[in-house]
Amino acid sequence: MKCNRLVDAGRRQFLRGSLVGAAGAAAATVLPSAPAEARGVGLAMLSYPSNRLANIADLKVDEPMDVAYPDADSPGVLLKLGTKVDGGVGPEGDIVAFSVLCPHKGFTMSYNAGDKTLNCPGHFSRFDVEKGGQQVWGHATQNLPQFALRVDDKGDIHAEGVDDLIYGRLSNVLA
Amino acid sequence: MAYKRNVDRLPIIPADARVHNVTCHYCIVGCGYKAYTWPLKKQGTTDANWIGTDLSKQQDALTEAWYAPSMYNVVKQDGQDVHLVIKPDMDCTVNGGLGSIRGARMAENRRSDITGSQQQRLTDPLVWRYGTWQPTSWDDALDLVARVTARVIEQDNENDLYVSMFDHGGSAGGYENTWGTGKLYFGAMKVKNCRIHNRPAYNSEVHSTRDMGVDELNYSYSDYQVADTIVLAGTNPMECQTNLFLNHMVKGMQNGAKVVIVDPRRTVTVDSCEQVAGAENVLHLAITTGSDLALFNTLFTYIADQGWVDADFIAKSTFQGEVAVPEDAAHPAALGSYEAARAACKMSLAEGAAITGLTEAQIIQAAEWIARPKDDGSRRKTVTGYEKGIIWGNDNYRTIGALVNIGLITGNIGREGGGTCRLGGHQEGYFRPSDAHVGRPAPYLDQLLIAGGGKVHHIWANDHYKTTLNANAFKRVYNARTNMVKEAMDARAGATREELVDAIAGAIAAGGLFSVCVDVIHSQIGQAAHVILPAVESGEMNLTSMNGERRLRLVEKYMDGPGSALPDCLIAARMANHLERVLREEGRDAYADQFKGFDWQTEEDAFMDGYNSANPEVSYDRLRAAGNDGVQEPVKGYEGDKLVGTPRLYEDGVFTRHGREDGKALFCLGGWRGLQAPGKEQQKASHAFLINNGRANMNWQNWFLDQKNDFVMDRFPVPFIQINPDDMAGLGIKAGDMVEVYNDVGATQALAYPEPTARRGETFMIFGAPNGAQGNIVNAGTNELILPNYKHTWANIRKISDATPASARISFKSWEVEL
Ligand code: SF4
Ligand code: FES
Repeated sequence: MKCNRLVDAGRRQFLRGSLVGAAGAAAATVLPSAPAEARGVGLAMLSYPSNRLANIADLKVDEPMDVAYPDADSPGVLLKLGTKVDGGVGPEGDIVAFSVLCPHKGFTMSYNAGDKTLNCPGHFSRFDVEKGGQQVWGHATQNLPQFALRVDDKGDIHAEGVDDLIYGRLSNVLA
Repeated sequence: MAYKRNVDRLPIIPADARVHNVTCHYCIVGCGYKAYTWPLKKQGTTDANWIGTDLSKQQDALTEAWYAPSMYNVVKQDGQDVHLVIKPDMDCTVNGGLGSIRGARMAENRRSDITGSQQQRLTDPLVWRYGTWQPTSWDDALDLVARVTARVIEQDNENDLYVSMFDHGGSAGGYENTWGTGKLYFGAMKVKNCRIHNRPAYNSEVHSTRDMGVDELNYSYSDYQVADTIVLAGTNPMECQTNLFLNHMVKGMQNGAKVVIVDPRRTVTVDSCEQVAGAENVLHLAITTGSDLALFNTLFTYIADQGWVDADFIAKSTFQGEVAVPEDAAHPAALGSYEAARAACKMSLAEGAAITGLTEAQIIQAAEWIARPKDDGSRRKTVTGYEKGIIWGNDNYRTIGALVNIGLITGNIGREGGGTCRLGGHQEGYFRPSDAHVGRPAPYLDQLLIAGGGKVHHIWANDHYKTTLNANAFKRVYNARTNMVKEAMDARAGATREELVDAIAGAIAAGGLFSVCVDVIHSQIGQAAHVILPAVESGEMNLTSMNGERRLRLVEKYMDGPGSALPDCLIAARMANHLERVLREEGRDAYADQFKGFDWQTEEDAFMDGYNSANPEVSYDRLRAAGNDGVQEPVKGYEGDKLVGTPRLYEDGVFTRHGREDGKALFCLGGWRGLQAPGKEQQKASHAFLINNGRANMNWQNWFLDQKNDFVMDRFPVPFIQINPDDMAGLGIKAGDMVEVYNDVGATQALAYPEPTARRGETFMIFGAPNGAQGNIVNAGTNELILPNYKHTWANIRKISDATPASARISFKSWEVEL
């Protein structure tokens, strides 16, 4: 069994120690290929940039890849789960991506490969990445924002939308 | 796929938004929130907004400059559509800006015609007419209520009027509304056959601690932050008092406190304490269910034998002698001195270990953490919280008494870092005329109803169908009796009011029951009612309540109630007005006079008539100024523009809750006597599974609003029952399967959720659900004072069906965090 992989540089043990600095841009993020642009005013949802996150050849099962979407300040995780899930993309239908900012208070979560969950060091909420980011147990009042993905014929994985509000911004696409 | 709102931006609160103080009305903790409202066609911008922050940038964790979609709605205020954001208050000492899965959905759970939320809220009075419920005016509905009620009450005998009424704060309770209903039923009338929202009689959940002189809410939440040891007995605060846990208990653990948890189940609280304090500082005493009293008496005996007691405190502040109050029908145990308690409660380590299933070493360890003085001889500061695990558990009176005994011998009541307190469910907000005429033991209302008692039933925000015991039998009889009246009404369609009342009276004489239901939604018991009256909630009216450390706050009205809904206090007042009118019409003037004094026009009038009459320092203006930190009761005065409160009770060592002149606390002389409530031992012997039950953090109370909240219902479309995976395999059950849980008194249904930490043969089912009431399988057995024992229920389990599509798509993973 693989040990837990962190999606951010440092695990934040808020409750066991002193408060560590707030979440910022993750160190190893893949930068978006185009600057984010707020074009959605008046539409039901915002217009999102289409950003290349990785190629399917870059992904290994249960080895989370740090990504950022819709811009560099919104850290996320790209995951190949090994089994097909609802909403998964790629040839196996097992690739998903989520924001890693806990929708409770915005701490950066870590991936537990053991049961395929994202776990929050803030106040111990956890989210099921096999179930569309459903909060398994926790304090957040929403399930985890998931990035809509598209795989092109070269195998490049593009993020193209987000299905719920990302912590720390009142518009998913910043002005 | 999990439910998503597909909301990816929110309107920005402008700098000139109106700001209102809000205390979350869902649980006892009473977290501070701020409600912001502003006109629909306006909003702030990323650089000009309520907080002066550049919102074009990503905000940090714990920011004040963010709110979730669940914290937003569009509501009516003074008849206009306005944006509403209700977000946690960073400056409130209770929660320090933390929200919870319940409170941070307050805005979303407001009724809105624009966003379509909570359309289930009642908007107008409804009366049973032409075979269904028809909307009508208040005057029409209350005239019918008054005329039928007046038929069954006499000035010297109101025993045929049965009343179920909330006694809590928060939600739709509070000082205004308990006074309104209290003045009607205990002032104008002397109704004896009544009950409270969550139990089948009008009684205290904590009689023994009060009889001992110790109010059940005696500390300040800050005591958790400075305690050496935190004892949690039959309580799961990470889930049920979330921000008390996160903002106070966690700080205590970070400051070095050890934790002793008494619970047969490994709850999320146990795991969270281990995460925070380290497993070596957490002692989980997973006792045999129902053996709490044996554990507490063993601890008491051991601590006393070791001499780890506060002899000065015992001498100065507790009763000296033998027995002060003998055991009798009103006292399920005698009360008296420390020495008398040592004799009555004596239990050896060996006996205690055998009954609780713990090792002697575990009990000794707990005793050391609770009571062994520090190396310098100073007191170990131990704070104790308890709740439904023992309140709705075995032998309520003696068990709570035994826990308070430990607080008393260790001198940990009325001292910093101490306190022995219930954690609470709702907030409190009780102000009523005396209930002494009800008697003790109080009438067991639900059983009386089953037996054919009562002619008219007034229900105030109670839903027996979801939250009573022996609920299958109750529903069967209640439906039948109220149907008799419905049929009589249907048979007289088109009749005059007088003829209709005659017809109703005829059905009542034949054993029927006329039911009036005051609520915010059309509840399950409301399906049986003949008149339904719509009430408003906190925030739709000004409302005062106090939290679990007696912190009194005013929630400022920030929106209109739905339709013509009214505050309960004003509904009670209008009911009184109509009763007075009808009685006068009938020539019963002397009786009518008793219903004077209900000319309130606002909730503030009710507050001044009630609470203020006993607490003249406290007014709405002063509470508004006191903000979300409010003032801790009792309020002692008003100095320098501030209300002066009492952070901790009994700091002078004088105990008063029992009303004794000498101010001495009493010990409880309650020995162990096994599973006390009738029928429990037999049920245990003849069924395979313990059906332990309680709350979870997401599902609040009886889900009254959440049954229409997509986020909540997506997680658990039906109530869950956690079962050990090996037990599931033995039953041929898979995760998500619908199971029937059945026993000698009834049956209910639940969704099977594998829980590896559950002991074999011991399940946990969520309580109070609309579509699988756990109370269906709880037998009628209570303690001597009619305190229900929901926790001790045994049943068998069988599969009904495979998982429904809604159940199949949910997560069945462990609730324990993996960092
Ligand atoms: S902990 Fe209780 S009072 Fe605080 S936000 Fe949650 S439900 Fe409301
Ligand atoms: S920030 Fe994640 S649980 Fe609180």
